[in-house]
Amino acid sequence: MKDKVIKLLLRALSWGILALLAGVLVRVIGGVIVRDPIIFVQQALNGLQLGFMYAMIAVGYTLVYGVVKLINFAYGDIFMIGAFVSFFGITQYGFSFVPALLLATVACIFLAVIIDRVAYKPLRDAPRIAALITALGMSIFLEYFTALEFVFSPDYIAFERPFELVTWEVGGVTFTNIQLIVAGVSILYFMGVQYIVGRTKIGKAMRASAFDKPTARLMGINVNAVIGATFALTGALAGTAAMLYATAYPQIWTFMGLQPGLKAFVAAVIGGIGSIPGAFVGSLIMGFTEAMTVGFVPMGSTLKDGVAFLLLIVMLLIKPTGIFGDPFEEIK
Amino acid sequence: MKIRSIPTWLRAVVFFLVVGVVIQLAFSRGWLTEYWQQIIMLSSILAISALGLNMKYGYAGLFAIGHAAFYGIGAYSSALVTKDWTTQWSGSPVGALAGLVGIEVGFVAAVVTISVLDIGHRRRALRERLEEIVSPFEASVLTTTLTVLVAGAILVVVGGGVGWLARQAVLAALPPLFGGLPAAVSEQLVFLIALIAGSVLAALIGFVVGLPLLNLTYDYLCIATLGFGIITYVFFNNADQLIPTMKGARGMVAIPRLTTWPWILGIFAVALVVMRNLIYSSTGRAILATRDDLTAADTMGINTYQYKILAYSVGCAFAGLAGGLYAHLYAFLHPSNFTWLKSVDPFVMVVFGGVGSMTGTILGAFSFVTLLEGLRVLPAELIEWRYVIYPVILLFVMLFRPQGIMGTNEWGFLKRPKVEGKKPAAGAAATSEVTPSEQPASASDN
Repeated sequence: MKDKVIKLLLRALSWGILALLAGVLVRVIGGVIVRDPIIFVQQALNGLQLGFMYAMIAVGYTLVYGVVKLINFAYGDIFMIGAFVSFFGITQYGFSFVPALLLATVACIFLAVIIDRVAYKPLRDAPRIAALITALGMSIFLEYFTALEFVFSPDYIAFERPFELVTWEVGGVTFTNIQLIVAGVSILYFMGVQYIVGRTKIGKAMRASAFDKPTARLMGINVNAVIGATFALTGALAGTAAMLYATAYPQIWTFMGLQPGLKAFVAAVIGGIGSIPGAFVGSLIMGFTEAMTVGFVPMGSTLKDGVAFLLLIVMLLIKPTGIFGDPFEEIK
Repeated sequence: MKIRSIPTWLRAVVFFLVVGVVIQLAFSRGWLTEYWQQIIMLSSILAISALGLNMKYGYAGLFAIGHAAFYGIGAYSSALVTKDWTTQWSGSPVGALAGLVGIEVGFVAAVVTISVLDIGHRRRALRERLEEIVSPFEASVLTTTLTVLVAGAILVVVGGGVGWLARQAVLAALPPLFGGLPAAVSEQLVFLIALIAGSVLAALIGFVVGLPLLNLTYDYLCIATLGFGIITYVFFNNADQLIPTMKGARGMVAIPRLTTWPWILGIFAVALVVMRNLIYSSTGRAILATRDDLTAADTMGINTYQYKILAYSVGCAFAGLAGGLYAHLYAFLHPSNFTWLKSVDPFVMVVFGGVGSMTGTILGAFSFVTLLEGLRVLPAELIEWRYVIYPVILLFVMLFRPQGIMGTNEWGFLKRPKVEGKKPAAGAAATSEVTPSEQPASASDN
């Protein structure tokens, strides 16, 4: 009898603690919404726009990490070059939206595959750390090389939008055609990648290579070609994302890939690296958190980078495998 | 007389004396321009920082790239202390020092209390008992809440109390103590204390950061420490909200220029000797074992987690020390000197020189700075090429010699001391080279 009472008390206590924490969370978020519902919805929309953009980059990170087990630090810089290529397409040749998008995509596919061939392939069997340092070096090289005067120059360049910005206002909340395009293209790409990885032959080969490279090789899979295809797929994502990013935030410079690249990777870790839906969800959380920090925390626009990484550290402490992460993956 | 028969400590002393005197002469006689003096001093400072990273990455195998954050913590905190002494920005000449000492002492007191009370084990024991009554999840919620509450209470009561006492003691004792000394002497003393305090702060923050993160493997550790680096950078940028003197994104100015060549040489020598003796002690061997094979080291009874934290904190302390010297060399600090890209610099030094080699790290630091500054002789339109060339060098080193120029070799007195073994068996006698005359003095080995 006494044991039962103690058990009940302990259970009540533990759920009480959880309920208290949940209550505080609801109180804080609810307070924010009630204080200024229009700004909240507006910031949520901005956050979604950012999140959809991060999602395309994050899916690229997660694909490469899943297959090669490498943080492709140069990915943010491939993204940057995609933005510049679409810029040249628009200003030099008067491309409209779709050709510029295709141009950036194709350029990034080539760049990603070349970087893999030149920098990562020779280190495939070296310790993973060597490839990681090479990726870092590649990233710095691309940033500073493109910052040279005769390449892209180190200045900020205003990006010309290939179409007019249209804004609609619904009950005080404004949203733009860019937001719709970003969300649409991002979801389209997400479904496309899901289809390629899940349903096609090359996707099957990717999954096999990710699981066990030597055995995949024995089964007649050309692992290097599969890795090349993975890099090409991520290049396509980066190029498209770059064009959309530059259209949404029309200013480009050679270090523009650094922050979105890092944050997208963090988003992929939060969602569970190696998982494509995880990268997508993690990116939306990331973009949402960032927009909310800007909107509601004092001096939020300077603190947003710090908050984004705080989110990462908290996530790594609670569940290092991420939201959708494979719990059997070796972390410790 | 063979050089190996000279005691190690004597060789070290002679080396540092010769190098120090030659460079000091070169400085004072004007053999080197002001510009090259700066380069030599900066290289030595960066070498100290890179030695710290070599401790983390080379010896303990922790791929952590937030090194510049600790460099910045040491730089800012020591600069606050010495600037206080000259300009009294906090109202009292030792106000900042007292605050810093209070934080450090209080924190150490709280950590010691927590470990003396053995909270970790008690938590696990309580959890096991609770799991017999309620579900594991509920048990973990209860024990976590209790631990957080108890640890928080200890931090506030013990840490706050001891820290406050330490702060009052410094405020009361230091001004009369320094008042009796000539101004020049007391200034140098304050500089020394500031360097130590900054380095200790960096080590403590490294400890706090390492505590939750060092269980992660390197990809995750890399990204998490990178995240910490960016958080610190954001903090430095907005620090004027907390401490107006730090000036945030405008850059901290008017730090006394106290770093001179004797200071750098002295601290460099101490740092090098400490690192050498640490790494060749049993602690050092445990750290190396942790790097080489975590599972095997665990099986041999080495508390790998503890040694990882130790190596990480020591590495951070070195970074903080170097940061303090840096702050007082240029008298100006800006957050952009501590971005995560700057964390890559010591990395390049270590990787280029030799991962797990002190000689290599020092050579790497000197050649890195000399290369970057030496490339300034290029015509003005090619200056930007410097940052294009150095990742290319990094790429080539990684592709063709991933262990770095020196590998794990050491020169001179940094070599691993030969241990006096038992008399080798008859068969092995021919191959053994250990003779009593080759023993380095044991005086420097502990």
